[in-house]
Amino acid sequence: MNSSNPSFTPTSLMNPKLVNLPPSGIRKLFDIAATMEDVISLGIGEPDFVTPWHIRNSGIHALEKGRTQYTSNAGLAQLRCEIAKYMKRRFNLTYHEANGVLVTVGGSEAIDLCMRAFICPGDEVIVPLPSFVCYGPLAELCGAKPVYIEMKAEDHFKLTPEALRQAITPKTKLLVLPFPNNPTGSVMTREELMEIAKVLEGTNVMVISDEIYAELNYGPERHVSIAEIPGMFERTIIVSGFSKAYAMTGWRLGYACASPEIIGYLTKLHQYAIMCAPTMSQFAAVEAMANGDDDIAMMRKEYNYRRRFIVDGLNRIGLTCFEPLGAFYCFPSIQKTGMTSDEFCSKLLLEQKVAVVPGTAFGACGEGFIRISYAYSIDHIKQALSAMEKFVKEHAQ
Amino acid sequence: MIEILELLDKNSQLSPKDIAVMLGIDEETVCREIAAYEKTGVIVGKKVMINWQKTSREFVTAMIEVKVTPQFGKGFDQIAERFYQYEQVKSVYLMSGSYDLALQIEGASLSEVALFVAEKLAPMDTVISTATHFVLKKYKEDGLMFEQPEKDERQVILA
Repeated sequence: MNSSNPSFTPTSLMNPKLVNLPPSGIRKLFDIAATMEDVISLGIGEPDFVTPWHIRNSGIHALEKGRTQYTSNAGLAQLRCEIAKYMKRRFNLTYHEANGVLVTVGGSEAIDLCMRAFICPGDEVIVPLPSFVCYGPLAELCGAKPVYIEMKAEDHFKLTPEALRQAITPKTKLLVLPFPNNPTGSVMTREELMEIAKVLEGTNVMVISDEIYAELNYGPERHVSIAEIPGMFERTIIVSGFSKAYAMTGWRLGYACASPEIIGYLTKLHQYAIMCAPTMSQFAAVEAMANGDDDIAMMRKEYNYRRRFIVDGLNRIGLTCFEPLGAFYCFPSIQKTGMTSDEFCSKLLLEQKVAVVPGTAFGACGEGFIRISYAYSIDHIKQALSAMEKFVKEHAQ
Repeated sequence: MIEILELLDKNSQLSPKDIAVMLGIDEETVCREIAAYEKTGVIVGKKVMINWQKTSREFVTAMIEVKVTPQFGKGFDQIAERFYQYEQVKSVYLMSGSYDLALQIEGASLSEVALFVAEKLAPMDTVISTATHFVLKKYKEDGLMFEQPEKDERQVILA
């Protein structure tokens, strides 16, 4: 049935906030790369490992047993219990095993839920940049004003208490803490988080701590969550997931941990929007949490070898890079080539067939930097480094 | 350093310099450690893994279970040595359970392997019995899949 109104254009009815969101900055580059053959990519932000077999097998077992129904809205009780045990075991955090955990469709859903659960139109959400691309757009869709803090290379891309203090206003509702950080690989230490906690003391700001890369930490200290800092537990929601720690990206499974009151509201929203996370993924995740600590250790060790290898290589060819202590990214400076990030990445792709992501995809302050993923084999990284070395030499000023 | 061995175990082509960078130690230390491992026989050799099934080379592999009488004062070692001196014998293991030694044997044809067992192994005076099992297909060896070489299946996504 056609509308009787000839000027009816569905897209004109779209939410202007959505229409006006900037498109992803790297789509163009990826599209070009997709048409080329033998591209050496260092662009992908997901593990190159396949989910460990015992975890996959648990997913298969769930299917064989016919576990094809919904779970409860908050997720399998057994899984929530395992997550609570895991948080205690790995990060010394105590969450209520029945009511302090919500199982979500990836960490991404948990981030979206937090935004929608807290934001009223006109609120401000503080987002440190460079960081993963979703926080600002999701906040904007809820009617919030994202307030961006530009983290600096000289601070190793950490959030400083001064910068945070300046960004907080009476309208600030949420602070996103994206550490270990995608795209820079920077981490925040316990001491640095204590400084951040001091600034938040006495404010009405909630913290969304995106700790999806918590297990990929290569420093002398284990990962510390801001929720562990005295006074911060009640005002922190930890968002994490199975994707990066267990190489389970495609299972789409994450979780949020907070006080039972907050989890109650997040669950309410989750129940209307999603119902529940995929059941077989949840069964696989029970196995991951219960018996996967060794897998994490093995993958972390492997990433660490590659991390040292690529950081050494980049510094050697003149793309200077501070030592990233988290995730599986490094964020070298390309400023000495005189090119912009976009220019560097498209030329590198066209001339040497190496695909990396411009730093600007993660915020304007990423200009002059590129994101390199080392979720690749050493041989692959070697090949990419020698192509990049050639490129840098040819464009030496 | 066990990490040096773990890295070489997975990729024997890594240079001492690569290993040094990956472990965050200096190259001299790596060279020294490797030399010591070679001297003490911890590193026995370096080889490439080949899936001969994909080549035109004609060959068969068999696993032989051997029951033997251990010799007084020498146990199984001397018997094992008499087996592993043959170049047809690729591996020899002392086993727990219902037999004593497991041998992996390679030959150009079934009859060649069968004859080798019948003429060389079975008649040894310490051998009580043998059972020959021919390998039909090799799926995985030393941690490497022979049937499905690893491929990067990741799609382009901004993550």
